[in-house]
Amino acid sequence: MIETHLPAIIALTFVLFALLIPLFGLWKEQLCQPLAVLGSGLATTFSLLAFITYLQTGSIRYFFGGWEPPIGIEFVYDGLSGFILIVINSVAFLALIYAKKPGRMEFQGKELAYYALAMLMMLGFNGMVLTGDLFNLYVFLEISSLSSYALISIGNKPAPFAAFRYLIVGTAGGTLYLLGVGFLYTNTGTLNIIDMSAMLPMLVDNSSVVTALILMVVGIGVKAAIFPLHGWLPDSYTYASTPSSTLIAPIGTKVAAYILFRIMLYLFGIDLTDAVFPLSYIVGVFACIGIIYGSVMAIAQTEMKRMLAYSSVSQIGYIIMGLSLANPFGFAGALLHVLNHAVMKACLFMITGNLRYKEGHSNISLFNDSYRIKYPWTMASFSVAAISMVGLPPLAGFFSKWYLVLGTIDNSNWIFLAVIIVSSLLNAVYFFRILEKVYMKNPDAEQQPDTAVEIKYDDVSPSMMSPMAILAVGLFVIGFANAAIVGFLLGIFPM
Amino acid sequence: MVDFITGHYAYWFTLSLLCVGLYGIIFKRNLVKKVIGLAIFQASVVLFFVSIASKWDATVTVIDKNIPVEQVESYLNPLPHTLMLTAIVVGVATLGVAFTLLIAIYNRYGTLDEQELLEKIQ
Amino acid sequence: MRSKHHSPIVLLGARLLSPYIMVFGWYVIFHGHYSPGGGFQGGALLAASILLIRVSGGRIISRMQLQEYLNTPLAIIGVFIYFLTGITAMLAGGYFLDYGQLPIPGMEPYWLRYTGILIIEVGIGLTVMAILVMIYDNMVKGEDYG
Repeated sequence: MIETHLPAIIALTFVLFALLIPLFGLWKEQLCQPLAVLGSGLATTFSLLAFITYLQTGSIRYFFGGWEPPIGIEFVYDGLSGFILIVINSVAFLALIYAKKPGRMEFQGKELAYYALAMLMMLGFNGMVLTGDLFNLYVFLEISSLSSYALISIGNKPAPFAAFRYLIVGTAGGTLYLLGVGFLYTNTGTLNIIDMSAMLPMLVDNSSVVTALILMVVGIGVKAAIFPLHGWLPDSYTYASTPSSTLIAPIGTKVAAYILFRIMLYLFGIDLTDAVFPLSYIVGVFACIGIIYGSVMAIAQTEMKRMLAYSSVSQIGYIIMGLSLANPFGFAGALLHVLNHAVMKACLFMITGNLRYKEGHSNISLFNDSYRIKYPWTMASFSVAAISMVGLPPLAGFFSKWYLVLGTIDNSNWIFLAVIIVSSLLNAVYFFRILEKVYMKNPDAEQQPDTAVEIKYDDVSPSMMSPMAILAVGLFVIGFANAAIVGFLLGIFPM
Repeated sequence: MVDFITGHYAYWFTLSLLCVGLYGIIFKRNLVKKVIGLAIFQASVVLFFVSIASKWDATVTVIDKNIPVEQVESYLNPLPHTLMLTAIVVGVATLGVAFTLLIAIYNRYGTLDEQELLEKIQ
Repeated sequence: MRSKHHSPIVLLGARLLSPYIMVFGWYVIFHGHYSPGGGFQGGALLAASILLIRVSGGRIISRMQLQEYLNTPLAIIGVFIYFLTGITAMLAGGYFLDYGQLPIPGMEPYWLRYTGILIIEVGIGLTVMAILVMIYDNMVKGEDYG
């Protein structure tokens, strides 16, 4: 009986805990973080249950209020939304476990607000992934965006200004998306994605439908940080506090990329998207420029969080490029890269948080090889994540790039292929220089006498280390199990 | 040509409000004026949705005793009005968050001018 | 708001108007399900009636009307009303927010839907009022006026 209600239960869990956290937090402050971990853990369990039910019985369509579409709003749980749900809920669970000690250090006294906002933001993301109605998607988009503006502003001194700039750009993008939905409603008379995708092939040469598509892609592209619209990302991820970055960075842009998948491949279909002018090719070109731009700017940074932010701009370019290829291998490569990048970026931001917690800074030019002795497990996880980002087998990053390369060869897009290979080399530059600083002794440094400060093992506590270690081991697991994952993804390609 | 301008004046109003809002967001230096531009931008989309719900000789979406419910061309389309209720509330919440952020910026930096803030952060 | 002595004329006018605005706000909430109105609009009117006293009277006088620490519990109660109605409908066998399945005895389905919408509008009105008053309270928290 519970299986039919699972799509709603996943979202309602977050609502329930977003209400319980202020209630119990006003009574006792220490209860906030365990309640948040419990909430996201329950949601992850329900997502896994729903995925197993999906594999046995097929898609679940849930009609709110008992009203069937096109009158009512529905939640659609199919293969694509189920996959993305598992990714975002499990990464959020690990990020909330991690947030206990850095949260106490960085925003003492505001923990109730932080965890309640984190629950609301996850409600917004889950709702965006599950919904099958275009206006409902706008509502959940704004819920998650407002919570993330507030989460980013809990940080050090420049954080509210970075959050304000993100607010202006993000709200403008959401409003453009709403205008596009208005154009589509005027032409078709319905707001349901499944119903509209049956009506759109008859309207292909209507100029307002083409305008609606462009408005929606630009509006969601702001949240997904595609190349010319990425300006809010570096400041926001750098100045936010460590737990906020670990929660928002792996998840936020991926959900926006999922919406682009829905709009361009499911709602319009690739034939309609390219009917009037080659929109998917233009989006692919911008994605390639973003890949190269992100990698080059990341090499120029000295602060590790800012470097990871520019690296995020580059990696989201891979996903959008896979979308623009629109063939099965590109689709599978892009979605596998969603999974890989969420795990890798969460692990990397946790490592940065560990270094900030212990050393007080994360400035790359001040790293030295005493880190190898003081933080062995942190640096080992960093090596695993860095090798996976560059794309070396048998780790997970190699396989997503491999399938993207196969997709570009299928389309004979040799420029995209060259971009992937060149950017992997650029990734190697900015990750391996940190490994060199940490693991290899600098031959130019003066021979220090046996110093008074003894360098010994000083790694972080289990609550901070275990999520990071689980994510690093997870990269190996995804790498070995990638055949099963890619087989599933090739099966849900929409045509 | 004249019909192109006068036959679609609802869309011209929407477009001009949208341009005024975008001008405010991009070209004004004071952060409060940027927020006002954002509010005007959102109001233009609300105007667009409400304008597409109108019909000739139609009355408001409240059941009138003299007009039977099945005669749908005498009642306005209620769906865009419902959607815009939610969109207005979202706009109010966004303004609330924006002004709270502005107060935090003012308490930390003492100014609300974008050029001075960018210099102070660098 | 910044002068040391509050103007008694403004305060008298606000004190006269505020109860009527509040009654009108409740009227708008309760008539939301079959005429113009509803939770959002009524909640904004209720918040206006409270903010009128806060703007014109200062902190000590406004604490007599609605204490500042009550805002968060009121908001949570409002959302709980909405949430519990939906969960009750789900437990009684329908989908979430399927008011036709609410277990209120002796009502036909269309009266059940009528009542269900009314209950959640009350919840929404409470939440909107509490949040709008909370936004104002947070903005003037640092000011020292009296």
